[in-house]
Amino acid sequence: MNLEVDVYRRLGAFTLEARFSAGAGLTALFGPSGAGKSSVVNIIAGLLRPERGRVVVDGRVLLDTAQGIFVPKYRRRIGYIFQEPRLFPHLTVRQNLLYGRWFTPDSERRERLDEIIELLGIGSLLSRGPALLSGGEKQRVAIGRALLASPHLLLMDEPLAALDEARKSEILPYIERMRDESRVPIVYVSHSVPEVTRLATTMVLLAEGRVAATGTVSEIMGRLDLGPITSRYEAGAVLEMRVASHDDVYDLTTLRSQVGELRIPRIDAGVGTSLRIRIRSRDVVLALKPPDSVSALNLLSGRIAEVRRLDGPVADVRVELDGEVLLARVTRFTIDRLGLVPGRPVFAIIKAVAIDRRSLSQVRSMSDDIDEITL
Amino acid sequence: MSWSSLFEFSQAEWIAIRLSLKVAIWAVGTSLPLGVLVALVLARGRFWGRELLDVCVHLPLILPPVVTGYVLLVLLGKNGPLGRLLWNTLGFTFAFRWTGAALASAVVAFPLMVRAIRLSIEAVDRRLEDAAGTLGASPLWVFVTVTLPLILPGILAGAILAFARGLGEFGATITFVSNIPGETQTLPTAIYTFTQSPGGDAGALRLTLVSILISSVALFLSEFVARRVARRVVGL
Repeated sequence: MNLEVDVYRRLGAFTLEARFSAGAGLTALFGPSGAGKSSVVNIIAGLLRPERGRVVVDGRVLLDTAQGIFVPKYRRRIGYIFQEPRLFPHLTVRQNLLYGRWFTPDSERRERLDEIIELLGIGSLLSRGPALLSGGEKQRVAIGRALLASPHLLLMDEPLAALDEARKSEILPYIERMRDESRVPIVYVSHSVPEVTRLATTMVLLAEGRVAATGTVSEIMGRLDLGPITSRYEAGAVLEMRVASHDDVYDLTTLRSQVGELRIPRIDAGVGTSLRIRIRSRDVVLALKPPDSVSALNLLSGRIAEVRRLDGPVADVRVELDGEVLLARVTRFTIDRLGLVPGRPVFAIIKAVAIDRRSLSQVRSMSDDIDEITL
Repeated sequence: MSWSSLFEFSQAEWIAIRLSLKVAIWAVGTSLPLGVLVALVLARGRFWGRELLDVCVHLPLILPPVVTGYVLLVLLGKNGPLGRLLWNTLGFTFAFRWTGAALASAVVAFPLMVRAIRLSIEAVDRRLEDAAGTLGASPLWVFVTVTLPLILPGILAGAILAFARGLGEFGATITFVSNIPGETQTLPTAIYTFTQSPGGDAGALRLTLVSILISSVALFLSEFVARRVARRVVGL
């Protein structure tokens, strides 16, 4: 599957001029509010008409202003999950789920009702009206409804933004399952760093109507120059690691990758599970020599790759660990006092309890009996 | 006048009651599709002349009914331009027929009907229609499966209002199609005739009570159905 987007749209002083392509898995359209993310997905869905542009899904041209092609939204076969569930209030949950399927030709019906119900855990809700569902349940039904229309592409525009933390963590595992088990590629709009870290296969970074960068989560989050766009207050790099062992006495889990070992508060994931963890730059301490008596548990060794002085007292440091990247935020005073310059070997110290648990996610299951992690 | 004679309806009175119901039902039934269409156009349409259409639709609400009836007579009477056209081409006339009474009722009740439906259309969350579109429903299907069910309470309210207004129509009816027993004499015109003739008090009272009864039943019914529909529409 392949999605190509190239659009130009002017709206007052704002100009959207975005061009990117996306493949299988979940592509996160990430960026601050007002970056044009929603406009892009509305154009892909056919809800918005750009002045100039081209949208191609799997070789099928849905929009090409140069050739005068505009496929109306109801013929695009693109699923859309909005910030609000938008369930039809006059229909039951079951009727809502089957709504799009009814307009899908028999030969195109790939998704099965019982499988979707199972995937989203909504079996007990079928005969209810939407008004009696919780916010999280509604959004799961909306996801099921979109999937049952057997779309060629699924758009999700901040589907969790209107939900509280508990509801978010209720739905995130389902989106992960969809990404891993359903073959429908997903374009996911978000301005939440934990969500994107957890879900994205590929990231498209949008800022002021333009694509600032594309790449994997680790690549984008590990770049200092994108810091102001990705996470002004919450910079941090993403590491992919595997669960190595659990420690029952101290309630800890050890993660391992080629960069070394990290011990974090115990999580409920099988040994061998591959995880993505985000380490905020302000939780990383840098040292020139390995310290011997500090309380922090985790010590990774690497080499300074880049130092970027920011406005005010702070500076960001990119530390290269064997193939991966860690970011550290320290004061400019520290940079000068320790002589932190590119090429210098350093030790990064991370407090075990500082790991951003909200973004901790399973990348793919190594042992089949475990398919979700509850933290 | 004795109390027992109060419920002894004469043949002419029964005819007036039946005719009134027939006229009001036809008036509502035939104008409802047009009412939905006009409400839709006024609520959603963006075109030149929308304000003019709005004024035309609402005119019968503020004009004296007699004026409305006279305009109908001038246009659709035997010698009116439209009336003659209808007669020459289709052999059909509204003049002095019960169909004319139904037309007068429909015209006078139309603004009330359109108003109620239009309000319910404006209350529909258009984002639901967008969602239906992305699920593969063409605009016509979106209207049939989403918009129409959601505006059903408004359509119902509009129909009942129009029915009640049509049942009470007097001025336009008597001006347009006169007051012919058995053809155009509805409840209001029959009551008027009774009050104009000596000894007609009992008949006037009987028909008045019947009017009150029909209107009350209609209101009750509409409340009952509207509540059931509304429960469905909010998703309970």
